[in-house]
Amino acid sequence: MARTPSSRRRRPVKLYAGLGIVGFFALIALVGPVLVSGAGRISADSMARPSGSHLLGTTDIGQDTFKELIVGTRAELEICLTAGLLAMSLALLIGVTGGYLGGKADQVLTAVANVFLVLPTLPLIFLVADLVHPKNPFVIALIIGTTSWAASARVLRGQTLSLTRREYIDAARVGGESHRRILVCEIMPNLLPVIAAQLVFAFIGALLTHAGVAYLGLDNSSNVNWGTMLYFANNALALQRGAWWWFVPPGLCIALVGAGLSLINLGIDELVNPRLRVPRARAVRRRMESVATAAEVDEKVTA
Amino acid sequence: MRYVLGKLGFYLAALWAAVTLDFLLPRLIPGTPVDAVLARMSQHGSVPPGERKALELMLGGPHGSVVSQYFQYLGDLVRGRFGTSVTYYPVPVSAVIRQSILWTVVLVGVATVFSFTLGIAFGTIAGWKRGTWADNLIAPATFLAAIPYFWLALLALYFLAGRFGLPVAGGYDTQSVYVSFSWPFISSAIGHAILPAATIIISSLAGWALGMRNMMVSTLAEDYMVAAEARGLPRRTLMIGYAARNAVLPSVTGVAIALGFVVGGALITEQVFSYPGIGTALYQAVANSDYPLMQAVFLVITVAVLGGNFLVDLLYAVIDPRTRRRA
Amino acid sequence: MNIRSDVTEPVLAVRGLSVDYAAADRVRAVRDVDLVLHPGEIVGLAGESGCGKSTLAYAISRLLRPPALVTAGQVTFTGVDGSTVDVLGLEDEELRSFRWSRISMVFQSAMNTLNPVRSVRRQLHDIFRAHRPAMSRDERDERSAHLLELVGIGRSRLDGFAHELSGGMRQRVMIAMALALEPEVIILDEPTTALDVVVQRDILREIDRLRAELGFAALFITHDLSLLLEIADRIAIMYAGRIVEQAPASEIRIAPQHPYTAGLLNAFPSLRGHRRALHGMPGSPPDLTVPIAGCAFAPRCPYAIGPSHDTPPSLLQEGDHAVACHLYDPRYSSGPPQALREGRFEISGDDSSGITGDISSDDEGIKA
Repeated sequence: MARTPSSRRRRPVKLYAGLGIVGFFALIALVGPVLVSGAGRISADSMARPSGSHLLGTTDIGQDTFKELIVGTRAELEICLTAGLLAMSLALLIGVTGGYLGGKADQVLTAVANVFLVLPTLPLIFLVADLVHPKNPFVIALIIGTTSWAASARVLRGQTLSLTRREYIDAARVGGESHRRILVCEIMPNLLPVIAAQLVFAFIGALLTHAGVAYLGLDNSSNVNWGTMLYFANNALALQRGAWWWFVPPGLCIALVGAGLSLINLGIDELVNPRLRVPRARAVRRRMESVATAAEVDEKVTA
Repeated sequence: MRYVLGKLGFYLAALWAAVTLDFLLPRLIPGTPVDAVLARMSQHGSVPPGERKALELMLGGPHGSVVSQYFQYLGDLVRGRFGTSVTYYPVPVSAVIRQSILWTVVLVGVATVFSFTLGIAFGTIAGWKRGTWADNLIAPATFLAAIPYFWLALLALYFLAGRFGLPVAGGYDTQSVYVSFSWPFISSAIGHAILPAATIIISSLAGWALGMRNMMVSTLAEDYMVAAEARGLPRRTLMIGYAARNAVLPSVTGVAIALGFVVGGALITEQVFSYPGIGTALYQAVANSDYPLMQAVFLVITVAVLGGNFLVDLLYAVIDPRTRRRA
Repeated sequence: MNIRSDVTEPVLAVRGLSVDYAAADRVRAVRDVDLVLHPGEIVGLAGESGCGKSTLAYAISRLLRPPALVTAGQVTFTGVDGSTVDVLGLEDEELRSFRWSRISMVFQSAMNTLNPVRSVRRQLHDIFRAHRPAMSRDERDERSAHLLELVGIGRSRLDGFAHELSGGMRQRVMIAMALALEPEVIILDEPTTALDVVVQRDILREIDRLRAELGFAALFITHDLSLLLEIADRIAIMYAGRIVEQAPASEIRIAPQHPYTAGLLNAFPSLRGHRRALHGMPGSPPDLTVPIAGCAFAPRCPYAIGPSHDTPPSLLQEGDHAVACHLYDPRYSSGPPQALREGRFEISGDDSSGITGDISSDDEGIKA
């Protein structure tokens, strides 16, 4: 990757914004449950509007929505992280191995990936979740992770294929490096940008899938996370009863984290692919006008 | 041609995998689903004598080996015998599916086509006009693409239907119209489809647009774009026939991948809007432990997705001439 | 084909053209270039990579993209009917219709210049639709087929795609496209560089034959001077963004005036003749982000004199031979040293670093 002189690089606004948003929620996930006490406490104050004592009102059984939201952040992000990492690990294992080995092994692995790719995920999760009845939140993360790795695997395989065909890999092999060493030292570093982008996609996918799954009632009802909050809110007909404070914030948080992750991806994309760094037309014109006048002055000096 | 046959082979294999999975799943449940199903059925009415045997063949029982059950199952599938539904007893499963699938296909199909077309169009223009105001749309589009679909749908329901009186739930106005090819029915159906379709379109449009925009920016830097501009071709031809035509290719691949999610999304859409489609059927089946229906719906959904993928692969071969000759 | 350089109005006249790249470090890629093309002649433009020849070509064809910017100069096109066009001043629709119909371009053979998802036929039709809307579909088909046959490709290839063609065939299609509207000028930017020598020769012959048949003028850009010696009528040598020598091809070959030209000529072997030590030129082209004092070639020139290092040389014309070198400027020098007069590029008389090659005293070109 060519280095651009730092004066040329525009500030990666998107990347910073995305990292900021995600970082904010990660912070809440880390310290929130510690700072907030009394979450989940049932009271008689049912479906109360936001007020001084309840920042985001209460649920139908009088729980403080704001506290639920804070506490649920950690659980939600944990599920998202677990499922995403799992999906990514599977994608790496199958995609990179297939792309590197080629031949029969590749064909088999690709076929497996294609089958998973083509199976409709949500109905599958739906069925499996119903049959298994997950109690542990990690089980649902497991299910999501094992069903959503295929698209990333395909992308990684494509990238690995193009990298493996290059001469420096042949050179390494002739030089006697073991497969594992080649994979780790030569190929992986070049895959990093793609891996990063796919990892973020995996997180986004896990987040949205879990939201959908929980909303449909498939997550254990004793778990507290944004998805189950939406499930309960829906069951209690929160919207119809006007209790927007219960329904809107969890969804908004999901959307914000999702958007933050997407911004990170767009930011990485711009860093890696300089073509996407399109300078503003107006700024370029201004720069060029100043160049033109500078050129006139310059001509007299160097003729 | 080789390409087509190869793809066909793959899809048949995937189909077989799905069918087999469908066969195995009920047999993996602890306990005997057959008894549970029969119990539920008898709550609705008397159960005909052959039902137990039929259920056991479908869901697993002591008759014969698993292998022979498997082939019997396959045979039944081919003949379209899925058994009787528990939820809608005594309506046969095939009838339930036949009624509900049309709703889903029309709603989701039309919405997806719209979403894709509009999204690609916006992405093309945004990419073409890079470096201008169009870039400011990226951040809001990203946000839009990250919104959980059902949340958006429910909000839409709350704000628009409740307040402005747009038709809310159901596929059509059950009180005033009957299912038929008459205009009152069709207009009612369309009216009821507007909100769900709109939510599908809004939530997925941004995704297509963003992808297309990025591809356009990459494509515009290609050599053949400069060469085409040098030939004095009009801007419209350059943007559509040269740039977009190349930039859209990855998105078409994306459609194939998205099809699976589209169907899954239909599940949620139908739940939110109480739409009488196949997603609702699945949901009901799960809620009522209606294994025959569950099995059949999952199969139908999978077949639909596989079929859709196959069609998209064919389409891809048409629009990218390089795939017709596998190097 | 007779070259009426002394009689006729030039079809393309470039005067004082300068192009900069407005990056963080401003690169002065083309500096004050004068170049003239007469109807029906082939002018070669030679120079090493990075000397600015492609930038010049793109500037003339109005294909420069930001951050490249024309900072000075004029490009004037004079048609057969005598009307003049200020090429740099054209905008929008005027520019679009001017493109390809008066000046067309053949791009580097290494570039993929054909739309990969559109058939050859459609791409040819696009040209006609854009510029000759009155043509009917059959007329377009007929003309497209004719063009392909003109460059030696069967009309069966019309419905083919870029990936089905070999490199040589792709270039032929490029040439066919360039001829589509019968332009008066064709700019060829390294059209054969990425092709093997056999194909290269075929294409060169094709170009020469077409030029004789159709009468267009051509600006042929390449780093391969030996190629130009065969095909060009006049040759301009470019170095560090400037034209340093311009003369009829025969004169360049026999009596190069600029030390850089001599260096180039001495740097490649010939198939016939005596064996001789080959020399490269020590050093490398200057950094174009820095304003250059004096002659840009001076640091590498074995014949540099005092003024070479601080006074930029102007292009001096004598007859039809122009050279930008102080050695020919009576104000600074009484004349070039004997070694240069004999066309040698001698670095302090030490021949040990050469590679043995051959140079023929009797080079024949393949000029048709």
